[in-house]
Amino acid sequence: MNLTDSKKKLALAGVVCGLVAACLAYFGNPANMAFCIACFIRDTAGALGLHSTETVQYARPEIIGLVLGSFLISVATKEYRSMAGSSPMTRFVLGMILAIGSLVFLGCPLRMIIRMSAGDLNAWVALIGFILGVGTGVFALKKGFSLGRAHTANRMSGAMLPVLMLGILVLALATTLLKSSQSGPGSMHAPIILSLIGGLIFGAFAQKSRMCFAGSIRDVILMKNFDLLTIIGSFFVVMLIYNIATGNFVPAFDTPGIIAHSDHLWSILGMYAVGFAAVLAGGCPLRQLILAGQGSSDSAVTVLGMFIGAALSHNFGLAGSGTALNAETQEVVAGGVPMNGRIAVVICIIVCFVIAFANKRSEGK
Amino acid sequence: MREVDARGLSCPEPMMLTEEALKADKGAVRVLVSEPHQKMNVEKCAKDHGRKFTSTETDDGFAVEIEPA
Repeated sequence: MNLTDSKKKLALAGVVCGLVAACLAYFGNPANMAFCIACFIRDTAGALGLHSTETVQYARPEIIGLVLGSFLISVATKEYRSMAGSSPMTRFVLGMILAIGSLVFLGCPLRMIIRMSAGDLNAWVALIGFILGVGTGVFALKKGFSLGRAHTANRMSGAMLPVLMLGILVLALATTLLKSSQSGPGSMHAPIILSLIGGLIFGAFAQKSRMCFAGSIRDVILMKNFDLLTIIGSFFVVMLIYNIATGNFVPAFDTPGIIAHSDHLWSILGMYAVGFAAVLAGGCPLRQLILAGQGSSDSAVTVLGMFIGAALSHNFGLAGSGTALNAETQEVVAGGVPMNGRIAVVICIIVCFVIAFANKRSEGK
Repeated sequence: MREVDARGLSCPEPMMLTEEALKADKGAVRVLVSEPHQKMNVEKCAKDHGRKFTSTETDDGFAVEIEPA
């Protein structure tokens, strides 16, 4: 099965993934969150007790399903390769930046597209930052940036993250060890079995289509290649139709209750850091989970970095807060990005520049 | 024959190196990659340049032999 040899097949992959996200939103996931890698990793980190924000703790089966879906389809189609050794600790730091930047904006690139399809104009503003971040990463690539070569590793190494994900699923189903939110976004979720199946399908299609939100823009800037953008375009159209059909399409900035804020400068800078870090790491947060599933220990380390980055975002008060309605006064309370989050984003961008221009291809040979 | 060793490199480096080689060299080019999706990307790159190619599996990945322009 090859989904990359025609734009029609790539568009089909985007439609399938869009339908999965729409179904999960319909069956209980927060409406304009639907399927967010950063938010769901943050929730899973909370379920494991890595942070203690009670409203965002839930072992999201979607994350588990994505990794396992990619693992199973790559083994079945002989694309599984256990590889490791391309600057793993640098990738860990890039993973932290992916999570911190995303949670300042309140969403990974996947959720940015979902928010855009729901008319959230804040997400359209953040897209500017994301494109600029990807563009900066492309500039670094043209200047010879590389994290060096990965090498073939012991076959089991690449299967470790999928096994760990399976372990989290077992803990969620068979024990009461994991934390689970009673209110807030963490308490809003589709039934476990639907989320798991959705994750498996999404993971399999993302693996076969090479879906990547940073890669789609990177390829347009770098090679005028629109293949990956076709997937994102069809995904966006499906979510747009779903949002219009269900009355969730509200073109506005300050909409209470949609887990978004209008702190535009910090939305732009947060997603700038994400776009930049994603190009340096070779893929967006979603792509990292998929690569980890198909055997890349380097991407698995990036995923671990995202878990720690997400936990720190809440332990140190870095994450943005959504605009909300005060139930008593019925006043709209604007969300935003706290000072700690702003400082963290600036540090993240500086670290991206250091990584981008301190790692040259010749050193990796 | 010019050889591009892109084994173990992250996307989009294998494609960038292939592009560079195809632009600089109208002769045959042999590209080594580790993973199936990189092999497909290199093949796509050769197609975009109107070059014929043959891909074979090696001990640690794939070799894409791109014919002269």
